[in-house]
Amino acid sequence: MPTTAPAFADATASDSALRRFLHGLPGVDTVGLEARAASLGTRSIKTTAKAYAIDLAISMIDLTTLEGADTPGKVRALAAKAVNPDPTDRTTPRTAAVCVYPDMAATAVAALAGSGVKVASVATAFPAGRAALDVKLADVRDAVAAGADEIDMVIDRGAFLSGRYLKVYEEIVAVKAECGSARLKVIFETGELSTYDNIRRASWLGMLAGADFIKTSTGKVGTNATPANTLLMLEAVRDFREQTGVQIGVKPAGGIRTTKDAIKFLVLVNETAGEDWLDNHWFRFGASSLLNDLLMQRQKLSTGRYSGPDYVTVD
Amino acid sequence: MSDGRLSVFKTYKLYVGGKFPRSESGRVYEVSDSKGRWLANAPQSSRKDARDAVVAARKAFGGWSGATAYNRGQILYRVAEMLEGRREQFVREVADAEGLSKSKAAAVVDAAVDRWVWYAGWTDKIGQVVGGANPVAGPFFNLSTPEPTGVVAVLAPQKSSFLGLVSVIAPVIATGNTAVVIASADAPLPALSLGEVLATSDLPGGVVNILSGKTAEIAAPLASHQDVNGIDLTGADAELAKELEIAAADNLKRVSRPSVSHHHPEKEAHSATRPQAVDGDDWSADPGTRRLTAFLETKTVWHPTGALGASGSSY
Repeated sequence: MPTTAPAFADATASDSALRRFLHGLPGVDTVGLEARAASLGTRSIKTTAKAYAIDLAISMIDLTTLEGADTPGKVRALAAKAVNPDPTDRTTPRTAAVCVYPDMAATAVAALAGSGVKVASVATAFPAGRAALDVKLADVRDAVAAGADEIDMVIDRGAFLSGRYLKVYEEIVAVKAECGSARLKVIFETGELSTYDNIRRASWLGMLAGADFIKTSTGKVGTNATPANTLLMLEAVRDFREQTGVQIGVKPAGGIRTTKDAIKFLVLVNETAGEDWLDNHWFRFGASSLLNDLLMQRQKLSTGRYSGPDYVTVD
Repeated sequence: MSDGRLSVFKTYKLYVGGKFPRSESGRVYEVSDSKGRWLANAPQSSRKDARDAVVAARKAFGGWSGATAYNRGQILYRVAEMLEGRREQFVREVADAEGLSKSKAAAVVDAAVDRWVWYAGWTDKIGQVVGGANPVAGPFFNLSTPEPTGVVAVLAPQKSSFLGLVSVIAPVIATGNTAVVIASADAPLPALSLGEVLATSDLPGGVVNILSGKTAEIAAPLASHQDVNGIDLTGADAELAKELEIAAADNLKRVSRPSVSHHHPEKEAHSATRPQAVDGDDWSADPGTRRLTAFLETKTVWHPTGALGASGSSY
């Protein structure tokens, strides 16, 4: 697989060429972007469309636990929930994946064997990414060896913000090479990139370097996925496919807690990238508490009465 | 307007989660006094307002039920203090709502203030009255304590718009429950103003949530709501009370039925002209402890005295 789409081979030839390319991307109209994200968030999705959206959103969740206090028991419990989110209703779809730290990947793989639910592992010194390249690569190798189907890496924000784009690019390329058949999600930590222009540049940088997914954030900083930054990234993957024919996935993560929020994101996907992305191969939610809210809304739709936190699992 | 000054009309709003929102539905309805003259518009709550109120009440439950009984008593007394300071306003609103003379309305407001004081005193005493050590035939120290039921939906009386209202809210929250209150449909203004008093009385947001609108429309989703633990049907007529009690059975809600009459209940039960009374209660009477105990659950612990160690001590 070529790491760079041929159309942009020149752009990644040198540090200065890459900088010229990224800074040559059109500037982001902040007011326009936020207004568009807000206006798409006002769509009213009801009844059968809502039921469809809820099931789709459940099937797109990367059910995540990234805590220092994670235990094998907790990972197994989360895996059981991913396979069978609502034990009272077997028609509930499975989540897309379970997302854990590399040392828990093997536990998750064993617990999910044969279920079709994938195992995603964060790597590259998540969440800060402050480690030497060979340490990061060892982290990735570890996760891949443990059987992870997907690797969620973080970019070096320090290098990105100081303008050393080629360093970031080469790091992503190196990680991609270690992934083998595992799909690579590249986390930008949009909350640390300061501007929308930077998010657009990071998106293109990630896509040029061979990311299979671009992902907003780690969930470990104050600002996580927002409708506006996700809209911006969806525009980037749309434009990238138009120019190269290569489709890239998008994963907003962190801070999406309610069904209402999730449906807003699905509207953004449909209206920006298009129906091709309305599939868990191309769009994911990085979330944990979101699933319970989706399940409660699902129960409300099927029974007609409001559900409560007593009727979903405590994670 | 002979002095040329424009009237400043008050916008009555709901009280949910410590805030004063309009109805999510955007609807209002006209409220008139006992002679049919327009007084104000009140928000007409929808089932989503009810849902939001339950979420707020659930969120407040941990803190409120965990507060010391002494602290709850202090806060309820504070409500009485704040109410006393706004006596004139409530006298006017009660006189308008119930068609009372100013002096009679003043007596009603005074009684309502006194009722807060009454229940403020009960917060740290009800435990001794309905709980305590039980004599058991075995080597056990056996202790029962009352605990609050949880989130309680309260249908306030339809006729007694203020004294009746206070008489159903105060006992529910005195014991540590949180409440979603449906105000009298025809006379909601004193209830909506009470929200302003509660908001300035150190009562944590969400402990009491006040909704106005059509009683049946708001009560139905509350009765079937899986995250509501009890329902007080005081403001429902016989037919509605029956429907709601059936819906409430689904998650085994604790139900407090409306009282039909105070006198000779055994005769009334056999009478063909059984009154379909709303407000069978005499709100000026000594309230007793019935409403305090309606939403309490008794927890009993058995502590083996034989396990106390070598000291040979037994309780």
